[in-house]
Amino acid sequence: MTPGVLVILVLVLGGIGFVLGRRRALQSAAREGLKLHSLPGYYGQTVALFTVVPALFLMATWLFLQPIAIENSVSSQIPDSAVAEGSARSLVMVDVRRIAEGLDSLAEQGALSEQVLLDMRADLTNVRSRLAEVGVALGSEVSPAVFEAAKSYRGIEHTASSIRTVAVLIAALVFGAWAWMRIKPRMRARNVSETFVKALLMGSSLVAILTTVGIIGSLLFESIQFFKLYPATEFYFSTVWNPQFRGGSDFGFLPLLWGTLYVSFIALLVAVPVGLMIAIYLAEYAGSHLRSFAKPAIEVLAGIPTIVYGLFALITVGPFLRDWIAQPLGLGTSSSSVMTAGLVMGIMLIPFISSLSDDIINAVPQAMRDGSYGLGATQSETIKQVILPAALPGIVGAFLLAASRAIGETMIVVMGAGAAARLNLNPFEAMTTVTVKIVSQLTGDTEFASPETLVAFALGLTLFVFTLGLNVLALYIVRKYREQYE
Amino acid sequence: MSEAATQDAVNASVEQPVIKMRGTGVNVFYGDKQALFDVDLDVRQHSVTALIGPSGCGKSTFLRCLNRMNDTIDICKVTGEITLDSENIYAPMIDVVELRARVGMVFQKPNPFPKSIYENIVYGPRIHGQVSTRAEMDEIVEKSLIKAGLFNEVKDRLQEPGTGLSGGQQQRLCIARAIAVSPEVILMDEPCSALDPIATAKVEELIDELRVNYTIVIVTHSMQQAARVSQRTAMFHLGKLIEEGPTDKMFTKPDHKLTQDYITGRFG
Repeated sequence: MTPGVLVILVLVLGGIGFVLGRRRALQSAAREGLKLHSLPGYYGQTVALFTVVPALFLMATWLFLQPIAIENSVSSQIPDSAVAEGSARSLVMVDVRRIAEGLDSLAEQGALSEQVLLDMRADLTNVRSRLAEVGVALGSEVSPAVFEAAKSYRGIEHTASSIRTVAVLIAALVFGAWAWMRIKPRMRARNVSETFVKALLMGSSLVAILTTVGIIGSLLFESIQFFKLYPATEFYFSTVWNPQFRGGSDFGFLPLLWGTLYVSFIALLVAVPVGLMIAIYLAEYAGSHLRSFAKPAIEVLAGIPTIVYGLFALITVGPFLRDWIAQPLGLGTSSSSVMTAGLVMGIMLIPFISSLSDDIINAVPQAMRDGSYGLGATQSETIKQVILPAALPGIVGAFLLAASRAIGETMIVVMGAGAAARLNLNPFEAMTTVTVKIVSQLTGDTEFASPETLVAFALGLTLFVFTLGLNVLALYIVRKYREQYE
Repeated sequence: MSEAATQDAVNASVEQPVIKMRGTGVNVFYGDKQALFDVDLDVRQHSVTALIGPSGCGKSTFLRCLNRMNDTIDICKVTGEITLDSENIYAPMIDVVELRARVGMVFQKPNPFPKSIYENIVYGPRIHGQVSTRAEMDEIVEKSLIKAGLFNEVKDRLQEPGTGLSGGQQQRLCIARAIAVSPEVILMDEPCSALDPIATAKVEELIDELRVNYTIVIVTHSMQQAARVSQRTAMFHLGKLIEEGPTDKMFTKPDHKLTQDYITGRFG
């Protein structure tokens, strides 16, 4: 049974549990002549939750652990001789898995019966061509050892899946029945289901937190690997970025940091004034009618995928800047430049700034405006001297969020600013950023243990610390601002 | 100012009342809804005029017409005539900024700006160009705070935020802020409704003192307050002015049964 069907089945059981639990509560109350502690629905809910949640939890854990367990047991079956020179065991395991999947689809299409599959041998049949028929392409001929491993992989997986199905269903039934048995009129079903729901919600937030911890952990781990191979001082203070695929690379972080900050700076230079003015106009001057369509229209900008912005930078803005500004002024001949990426990224950030600032300006109490108007201040005096100072912390928060967004942006920079790591003041030169270099270090055929790839993690970690710092600062400032009117 | 001088000023205004502001046939519309119907009301110089009436009767609306605060509401339309020193404040050539410098306002909830006490007070004079040097500013801050009876409480912390004061102090700061622009009329929209009884007593005392130099119009929900601080009272009901007269008379033998009922707490 596939996991999807199993989930549906468990949910159906949960539904049945709800009905049965509710009925049992009502019946027992009638029989014993007692008033139910909670609404009947809560008894049903309790049974349903006990049926569904443990079963699904078991299933999730199983699905997570099963491949690891099977991999280990099958991997040990493959003799060292089957692992080709220069290859790794993990690569062979990839083949094993694909063959197993191919055999599955062969069996599903009815091309071969189970018995024939079990008898099939790599040295007698052309496995590669059979598998190609069902759309599984293999790079090389299948060796008998690998094929046997694939067959046993398939066998173990089938058995495990069957056990899983049974175990999950039993869990659902046992927990459901246990909850059902416990139903008495005096049982505090409302409290039980409240606690249950609370635990469930807490578990969900735990998933997010654990994921973050996991990501940081892996970044940290790989970065440490990198710093073992490459000195940290060199990384953070060198001005040369020159990766070589044959080793002996220079990984100077400074040119990348410079490019990142330069592009972000130009982007914010565009986005902040424009965004702020839009926000002021929308919040203070625009009528409700205009506002009702202008605000969503501006927010559409935020919905454009960054790759589309990148396209725009590459095809329109870049050549325009080169032909009309950079070349006439003798500043450069490259269509990819810091200016191109910065301008386009600035446009992308406008809705960020305008939308957040607009909300913040609107949150300034009307009493502030009244007070100022009541003293005879004009609208612009009120905005300049009362509203903006009152909203400033929030606006700074918006600014910092936009900045961390700008620093993390990749696509626009790849297409707009080029890939040359340079320390240069000329905004019409091609430069590059941390994110672009992460992409370029990880794409391509490189070994995963060399400093050339591991540097990506060090870059990622540094970037993460940077944007995390900005976000924390932004949140701190925004929170401080909130206290002011309470 | 001495007790006798205060009394003289009151007597003067009673003997030959100067009409500071006069509303004639004032109608106010919020969109399609009419909030005020044909209100005629005089505001006498150097006296406190209380506007009373149940919620939604239009008294605040009328108050906000007196310095055109209603202009900030898009859908609000005012017809009729309101004069300040016999000049129609709704005439096209009137500058609202100048009008509001002459007719100041204190609001229901204390609304100091999130700036220092000092900055709160110099805000108005500065935008009207009344002060420019540091010495002038210091002087106006001190003078306004003294008039608002707040100086002794805050003189050592003028640079601290105005929002850090207590509710009553904040409201007196707002009054000081309004006084700082040297207005002729001060409008007060339920200035004590957010304050505790002690702070209320202080503000009421202040209103009584301010009457000597300013003309005050106050909206209030408290009958006692109207009786304590005002010389004249106007009763509004459902957007209409029911009656208007000396406070003593209004609270002892009003002409209208509605007023009688409202004052004695039978409705509203």
